Amino acid sequence: MSAVRRAIARVAAVFRRADLDRDLDDELATHVELATEENLQRGMTAADARRAAVASLGSPIAAREQHRESRGLPGLDSILQDLRYGIRGMRRDAGLTAFAVLIIGLGVGASSTVFNVFNALLLRPLPFTDSTRLAWIANGELENLSAQTVQVDNLLDFRRQSQSFAAVEGYSPFYGQGDVRLTGADQPERLTAVPVTERFFPLLGIEPVLGRVFTAEESLWNAPPTAILSHRFWVRCFAAAPDVVGTAMVLDGAPVTVVGVLPESFDFTAVFAPGTGADLFVPYPLSPETNRRGNTLALLGRLNPGVRVDEAQVEADLIAERIRGAERRNEFRPTIAPLRERVSGEFRRALLVLAGAVGFLMLLVCANLSNLLLARASGRHREMAIRAALGAGRPRLVRQMLIESLCLSSVGAAVGLALAVGGTRLVAGIEGMSVPLLQAVRVDLDVLGFCLLVAVATGIVVGLAPALQTSALAPHLALKQGGRGAVGGSGRDWMRRSLVVCEVALACLLVTGAALFGRSLVRVLEVDLGFRTDDILALRIDPGREYSTHAQRTAYFDQILDRVRAVPGVEAVGLTDALPLGDNYGWRLWNVGVAGRAYDRGQKPLALVRIVDDGYIPAMRITVDAGRTFSANDTSESEPVIIVNEPLARRLWPEADPVGRRVEIMGRERRVVGVVREVRYFALEQASGPEMYLPIRQIPDYSSVDLVVSASLPPAAMAPGLRAALAEIDPTLPAADFRTMR
Amino acid sequence: MTKTKPARLDLLQGTLDLMVLQTLRSMGPLHGYGIARRIEQVSGHQVMLNQGTIYASLVRLQQRGWISARWGTSSNNRKAKFYSITARGSKQLAAEIADWQRLADLMGRVVALPEEGS
Repeated sequence: MSAVRRAIARVAAVFRRADLDRDLDDELATHVELATEENLQRGMTAADARRAAVASLGSPIAAREQHRESRGLPGLDSILQDLRYGIRGMRRDAGLTAFAVLIIGLGVGASSTVFNVFNALLLRPLPFTDSTRLAWIANGELENLSAQTVQVDNLLDFRRQSQSFAAVEGYSPFYGQGDVRLTGADQPERLTAVPVTERFFPLLGIEPVLGRVFTAEESLWNAPPTAILSHRFWVRCFAAAPDVVGTAMVLDGAPVTVVGVLPESFDFTAVFAPGTGADLFVPYPLSPETNRRGNTLALLGRLNPGVRVDEAQVEADLIAERIRGAERRNEFRPTIAPLRERVSGEFRRALLVLAGAVGFLMLLVCANLSNLLLARASGRHREMAIRAALGAGRPRLVRQMLIESLCLSSVGAAVGLALAVGGTRLVAGIEGMSVPLLQAVRVDLDVLGFCLLVAVATGIVVGLAPALQTSALAPHLALKQGGRGAVGGSGRDWMRRSLVVCEVALACLLVTGAALFGRSLVRVLEVDLGFRTDDILALRIDPGREYSTHAQRTAYFDQILDRVRAVPGVEAVGLTDALPLGDNYGWRLWNVGVAGRAYDRGQKPLALVRIVDDGYIPAMRITVDAGRTFSANDTSESEPVIIVNEPLARRLWPEADPVGRRVEIMGRERRVVGVVREVRYFALEQASGPEMYLPIRQIPDYSSVDLVVSASLPPAAMAPGLRAALAEIDPTLPAADFRTMR
Repeated sequence: MTKTKPARLDLLQGTLDLMVLQTLRSMGPLHGYGIARRIEQVSGHQVMLNQGTIYASLVRLQQRGWISARWGTSSNNRKAKFYSITARGSKQLAAEIADWQRLADLMGRVVALPEEGS
């Protein structure tokens, strides 16, 4: 207890040095006066009295030194002294200091930013309660979303039979950006609604800040519609009104009751659908009706405490075996992985490479600086020799040099931290990039700690070589040799030469790496997308609820196409349900087989589905290799037709010409009228594989429709005219968000 | 000089602190000079005190919370810092005196051992 008090008092004393010294001086003065008076009373002469008083006190300097030593921290005192000296040295050598601080700052800034992203994606736990127990239950191992999702009845059976999972919930990833139309507010607006199962939020451990989560009744088929709002949407659209729960908003023409608002800390898309938005969440019923839709759910499970993923996997395989082959059942091959692996696993390697590159950069910085300091240190042999001659031991000299380099690296790290703050903002602000959890990247204690660590490590690494070198020389030699500054000994040359070699090697490594990276970037940019990107505008124009029949919708589309074609500058117009490089819709897969051929279970080819009108393929300039595109005559009355892309054509008829042959889709035969080139739907660097195009007038099975306009004028000049044309048809159409394809 | 006389004792490490505490307990608040003089008197001038060292001891005791200090006026109207023992200091003193007693007894017995063969 008293030891703790004393320690605190000692530290405090170091910083109150001047005050305490003055106090002591006063006390000593009083002491001498009191003693002198007593001596006078004993009958001494004034001079003798004072002399005797001073003598009995002893040396005041010694008294002060003893006082300082017992009240403060003698070690810290001398460190502070070194620090002051170091800072003075930095100011004297302003050029070198500026350079050193700059390159350390760049190094620390880069490495801290990378560390920050690394931390958010790979180290920090996911922002859910007890997130290590959360697992992703995929269906099969394909990269493809449609194949990873699970049918409702499979979920129900799995949930019932599993002992490993405390809870299994899911969301339906087949929602589209801007699927829902909000009217009744000032401006009609497109919103994104994510369908989730009843206990989805409790599974993650998310508590609404207002209201509650869905109830069982609300999660029934045909229940009165309800919604839970994301925090951002609540703030944006309801100005964070506290009484929003219980109110109704008009979505797609029908009232929807708000039952809750999610906390600000919960960012659904950052984890599950990076680069997109989610405004509200609606219940996804687990009913026979939704079961018939096929694989619709992305499953998440919370493992029971103590259950490992591999144990859960063994059990899941058994359950899947048991429920396989039930009535109206899709294939279910559960693949269980920790949620983190699913969310950020694919970035692990890229981040490790990046971290490695930054590490090399930091090494380069260190080698460079070390060399600089060595060069400067050779000019300081004399100074060191004098210090040594005056009695400073080698550890003391090394310590002083290290403190100087630590000063440099600390100031550099402070600059680096500022850069890291900026860098982190930049990274976190990247929108539309499909990297998860980026929104969670922020400057926190972890980063500060990391910066500090890098600063100290850099200071020591950089300072050690010059410190050891400079202090190694015997003083008499140094004084003799250093008569006129520096004459390099062979030892020092050796050290500097190897540092230079290291630097060049590291620099080569980094340059090579950067060049390789740059080349693959160029390759991605030069890739043939299969469609045109310039001067293309796209806009969601889903028909509202008022167009309920196929005929009404077709009429609605015709009306829009006619109006838009009349807008000056428009060259071609088309409709599609799956825009390239768009959102989840492009993932829809259907089975397609050669008509009349029997396929074994699971052997029938799958192809991505695009429902388009006759104008789409020409408007997007997708190359037609054989046959024709759709025409206005391909209607619901005429013969069912289809256009396949090259990979699908090769898959179905490896040898023969596909045009004119027949395929079978959903129990219906269709004639192939054309073959088109592949289009990069998902990512610039990722080919799509088999795709098929179906005429929108024959298959009304789309959940969103985009209008695609190719124009001879730049998009900005086109937008007003298009907006006016569309407003004539449907004033509630949120025409604000035209998208370009670039 | 007095230092060379063999009769005077050099203080053992830590004994000065104990003397200061004891002096403050028996005399009440005192300034540094008063404490030093008192110790010299009590020891019958057997202890050679470099009076300046008393201040290092005082600051040490103060930091431990065993004594407290405040500025006041001495009997002859001088500004002086007065030290007084705290309750915690008294407790500590009692413990240390007990230790000393035991050590002194032990030393007495060890010194009193008869010489070999006698």
